[in-house]
Amino acid sequence: MNIVVCLKQVPKKDSILRIGADGKWIDERDISYEMSEADAYALEEALRQKEKHGGEVVVVSLGPERARQSIKEALAKGADRAIHLFDSVFDTATDSAAVARAISAALKDEKYDLILTGLQSDDYGFAQVGLIVAEQLALPSATIVMEVQPEEGAVRVKRELESGWFQWVRLPMPALLTIQSGINQLRYATLKGIMAAKKKEIREVKAADLGLSADQLKPAQVIERAYLPEKTKRTEFIEGKPAEAAAKLVEKLRFDARVI
Amino acid sequence: MSQGILLFIEQRDGVLNRTSFEAMVAAQGIASATGEKLSAAVLGKAIDAVAAEVAAKKVDAVHTVEDDKLSEYTPDGYVAALKQVVAKLDPRFVILSHTYQVRDFAPRLAASLGKTFVTDCVGFRVEGNEVAFTRQIFQGKINTDVRVVAEPPILASFQAGAYRADKAEAGDSPAPIAAFAIDLTDVQIRTQLEPKFQEAKQAVDLSQAPLIVAVGRGIKSQENIEMVQKLAQAMGAEIAASRPICDNEWLPMDRQIGSSGQTVSPKLYLAVGISGAIQHVVGMKNSQTIVAINKDGEAPIFDIADYGIVGDLFDIVPALTAEINRIKNEGS
Repeated sequence: MNIVVCLKQVPKKDSILRIGADGKWIDERDISYEMSEADAYALEEALRQKEKHGGEVVVVSLGPERARQSIKEALAKGADRAIHLFDSVFDTATDSAAVARAISAALKDEKYDLILTGLQSDDYGFAQVGLIVAEQLALPSATIVMEVQPEEGAVRVKRELESGWFQWVRLPMPALLTIQSGINQLRYATLKGIMAAKKKEIREVKAADLGLSADQLKPAQVIERAYLPEKTKRTEFIEGKPAEAAAKLVEKLRFDARVI
Repeated sequence: MSQGILLFIEQRDGVLNRTSFEAMVAAQGIASATGEKLSAAVLGKAIDAVAAEVAAKKVDAVHTVEDDKLSEYTPDGYVAALKQVVAKLDPRFVILSHTYQVRDFAPRLAASLGKTFVTDCVGFRVEGNEVAFTRQIFQGKINTDVRVVAEPPILASFQAGAYRADKAEAGDSPAPIAAFAIDLTDVQIRTQLEPKFQEAKQAVDLSQAPLIVAVGRGIKSQENIEMVQKLAQAMGAEIAASRPICDNEWLPMDRQIGSSGQTVSPKLYLAVGISGAIQHVVGMKNSQTIVAINKDGEAPIFDIADYGIVGDLFDIVPALTAEINRIKNEGS
């Protein structure tokens, strides 16, 4: 089974986020990066399917130079080769449609049974690139997938619905699935894997290689202002050593809030 | 020129999804600020009851979009049907609630129309005739004001809980309901569906619990959960958890609170070692009194907490249990 995994490198989850000088994005100095969480689960799912059914796992990532690090991590974990969409022209591709356009173009000549993406990225969280790629490549899709069972020419997947409901659906392959975090347990790259990754291909692709101009990658949505949310609640912080704080809190819950 | 606002109404098995009324609050707000007319579309089969419920609200028209291929939700069916509706009506905005169903088809709908979709918004602002949307990035830690620089129709979805369903304005008289003609003859439904099911036998209905103590990733290991259970017991509270705890099977799935678990609004919600990621917060933010214990003073959970203790839960939780037991013993 040949599987393409789309992954994005994003600021680490525990990063201290500060608004940048232009007030339109975060200040990226002093930020460390990692693979977006749902993408890591998508990669893991692809690797598990490869271990069961054979085939190839190809990772695709659109990002600056530093994204190579996450691509290498994917190769070290077991992906076979990678496509890095790397071009300053892609810097303005900040909306999902622009990113999807580039990815769809890059996958035009690839043969795959499944394309897996995370269900949304940890930074923008648009939750769209996978589905836009599916639409552009005319593939059937399913989102928020918790289990993947390949069959003959089809794939049966368990979709998460709200409030603890689930549904199995069957799609013909090739298909695109967006993967929910927690679908499996993530592996660590082994030393052996890291060494093997050094020999694996990372093909760098520019916008011109895909026949895309800057105009075709312009975003349709623009962030005018980024800011810390105003707190609508005034939180009363309770200070003191644990025993003190505990006593104060219980008193407030009993006599102020009157909930216990 | 694009005109009007189209609101997508979600239903399942003939029952209206109430988050559609939350999106309606936003749609009504945008309609009133821009002077545009507001119509609603219901897709499915045997949806008259849902259409009537929507028509009782302040909307200018309700379109029922019925077809055998829409009797169950599939992305192929809904994208094809809505594409025809949007192409014919040519609205300025298509408004939806950011539900799991909408996430499954709406990005494809937007792509098939060649239009842009602003997802998971928490608000909007109208200036002159322009509408800007507010959406959060980095899991609720930062807000952004987003301006669309492309041609309408513009699709926008609103986060669950961003508006209150009970604020959807009622109409003075029922809006006209009309069947909207579509042709899905050539549409191939590629998805085969099996029946929906609930995984955990819902042993505990947390929505009925007046006091809840919820535990998150800060608890670090399964063994430590017992400490929180002791606190819950002492308080007479139900124990609950954020998603990662249930994914690890440290607590059963029916204890999960959040967008993929239960939504609760108890008298007291005590969040222990929970950061406050949006997927959890949507399940509990309407709790009457929220207390958060977390060692990270910047954790988003404090944005919605009435009381907060920034500290080590491994010291504070036992201290709370001891204090509550002390008071109980005093009383007896």
